Amino acid sequence: MGPVDFVQLLTPEGERVEHPDYAFTPDTAGGDGADEAEVIRGLYRDMVLVRRIDTESTALQRHGELGLWAQLLGQEAAQVGSGRALAPQDFAFPTYREHGVAWCRGVDPLQVLTLWRGSAHAGWDPAEYNFGNYTVVIGAQTLHATGYAMGVQRDGLVGTGDPERDTAVVTYFGDGASSQGDVNEAFVFAASYNAPVVFLCQNNQWAISAGSERQSRIPLYQRANGFGFPGVRVDGNDVLACYAVTKAALQRAREGNGPTLVEAYTYRMGAHTTTDDPTRYRMSEELERWKLKDPIARVRAYLTRSGLADADWFGVLDEEADDLGHRLREGCKALADPDPLDIFDQVYVEQTAELAEQRDAFAAYHASFTGAGA
Amino acid sequence: MSEYLLPDVGEGLTEAEIISWRVQVGDEVKINDIVVEIETAKSLVELPSPYAGVVEALLVEIGETVSVGTPMIRINDGVAPTPPEPVLDLSNPAATGAVEGESLVGRNKAERAAVRRTRTTASTTPAGRAATEERTDETAPPALAKPPVRKLAKDLGVDLATCRATGPGGSISRGDVEAAVGLGTAAVAGRAPVESGDREWREPIKGVRKMMGAAMTASAFTAPHVTVWTAVDVTRTSQFVGRLRQRPEFAEVKVSPLLILAAASMRAIRRTPVVNSLWDDAAQEVVFKRYVNLGIAAATPRGLVVPNIKDAESLSLLELAGALGDLTAVAREGRTQPAEMSGGTFTITNIGVFGIDGGTPIINPGESAILCFGATKRQPWVVTLPDGTETLEIRDVCTLTLSFDHRHVDGESGSRFLADVASMMEDPAAALLF
Repeated sequence: MGPVDFVQLLTPEGERVEHPDYAFTPDTAGGDGADEAEVIRGLYRDMVLVRRIDTESTALQRHGELGLWAQLLGQEAAQVGSGRALAPQDFAFPTYREHGVAWCRGVDPLQVLTLWRGSAHAGWDPAEYNFGNYTVVIGAQTLHATGYAMGVQRDGLVGTGDPERDTAVVTYFGDGASSQGDVNEAFVFAASYNAPVVFLCQNNQWAISAGSERQSRIPLYQRANGFGFPGVRVDGNDVLACYAVTKAALQRAREGNGPTLVEAYTYRMGAHTTTDDPTRYRMSEELERWKLKDPIARVRAYLTRSGLADADWFGVLDEEADDLGHRLREGCKALADPDPLDIFDQVYVEQTAELAEQRDAFAAYHASFTGAGA
Repeated sequence: MSEYLLPDVGEGLTEAEIISWRVQVGDEVKINDIVVEIETAKSLVELPSPYAGVVEALLVEIGETVSVGTPMIRINDGVAPTPPEPVLDLSNPAATGAVEGESLVGRNKAERAAVRRTRTTASTTPAGRAATEERTDETAPPALAKPPVRKLAKDLGVDLATCRATGPGGSISRGDVEAAVGLGTAAVAGRAPVESGDREWREPIKGVRKMMGAAMTASAFTAPHVTVWTAVDVTRTSQFVGRLRQRPEFAEVKVSPLLILAAASMRAIRRTPVVNSLWDDAAQEVVFKRYVNLGIAAATPRGLVVPNIKDAESLSLLELAGALGDLTAVAREGRTQPAEMSGGTFTITNIGVFGIDGGTPIINPGESAILCFGATKRQPWVVTLPDGTETLEIRDVCTLTLSFDHRHVDGESGSRFLADVASMMEDPAAALLF
């Protein structure tokens, strides 16, 4: 694998570097008076806690508490960097692996677990967090996002110049999904209607067991050219660059300049899901090479070397992560089982006669068992 | 006191084999410390402990295949012991005999017990439910058994209420039903070694052994094997190995005659690439390769494995030595990963380490030839001196054997390859000619 050409602002060794088109500054970042160091410490904290959510949830699946878990190990920077670039009014459409984006949008990790434990059908109200429900159908959410973005456009929420009104939409997908018809249709519609949507592709190099070289003969971000909108590749393990590039793409969308494809070049360090065994199809030395590019280690190196955080600060964060792990373990086991009848009330806003009949039949069937409880 | 039950780690798996314990009785474990490695139909998985405390007992044996929900390890975590809860089957009661796809997550939860209840109305009893499971004595708890076991009981005419329950969580196992009709445990497949008196015993065919059996049968009865061999005076290779070991850059790696044989094979393949090719029967083509993934047959505690060194032809002698060392160390620890065993193109088997002169090796499936390295022994050998006189000397002599696929590798090619390798083993300087 030769050197990859992408936007990078923080090297794997933890050194800040310049880029002609993109910069990470507190002004572009927060606008809420936070200084740059505070923002970077915040991004680091997010990534550490998100990784903890991931490792703890993987362990919970091994404990028999979750049916399945899709690991994000290695993709923390791509998710936290892009998730923190969102404005409150923006809307994100995730795959089933965006636990880091869920965290940035304020979804409680326990709500995320309800889906994987089977105690909820979706887990959270998308309207409450401006964060869609996890979509397991590969690539389908890119169409939902494009449709939503066209709606935003029609509501007059694009290009007004009011930073609290102008809205962008982001949708996540992977290198494997880039081969799906849905994703390509979404590209066509977004381009044709100049929809305010950012297509954020986390190229984690593996579509389950198919390597990324099987997805495309050209770098994925270059595909955007053929659809008529810009594409940019960013170091997906560099949280500063992911933040800066996503921020710029979102702003472009809010201003009414249309879609952007962002390819975050990263690596899935774990398995596809807890059911998968990557040792069957990839060499361990590849993983070892990517460990040197770990998204969290480079920020830690930067914070330590520039004196922006000391051992005490890291220690407090470790304790916070331990507390979060404890809360997830205990909270997961305490999640209530769903009422089998709830699902019938969650299909339509106005109940249909046919569905009500099905619900009653199912209720009668359940009532035909002896013993207490629902 | 808490017991860690075997979870379903892969969406609908029903059982797993215990591969290794990472803790011993008396060890202190923290939450999420790895305690055991298991192998499912899909993968090898390390399991983290849900409890913190001291290991009290390991409840299952290495090599045993156990059902999901079986207690594996007991940990004293300071929590008062709770009576074992029955393992409950949460599969759709309307489905008959469902095992695959049943939800096994949290199946031991008491609060879920109500989901699996006896029906009150006979009219809604799903078709196919065996009459034998309907309890006549409503006051006694119902016998716990999985649907396939219920079906077995029905087929054999056994009343489950009369069976001894030795399965997980007090359920009735297949063996219990068989015991009830006197079939005994010998008929139960997939268990740990079962003794039939003192004169014979049985071991299950599974894991590495099962794979070896299938691979060797497929190869032996698909590729017509021809085996050729030659005895070689390898004294100069022995001396060369001795000199290499003195070189500082080779200080950190293992230098052995096998290394020289591997390097010689890489050179000989250049002249006879057909021994590194593949008979693709489906495509009716012979596939030639510009690379060599060099397989090394290794005896491990779990059986024969053949990991391979990728692109071995491109490695320097030093790199090849390092790769050989890594590969054998990993194999011996039993940690060879499947990707490291797939894609081999040519194999060397070193049976000399067992003191054997030679043999007729079976080609690794997907390849065309296998080279067998016999034991090097001090033997009398006729040596021709520069002036043409012949003397009898004691030399290092070994036998090299090559089995090849005679569908596309003919006797001339196979013999030439073996003679080329032998010439380099006889005089490593001959490698300069290749």
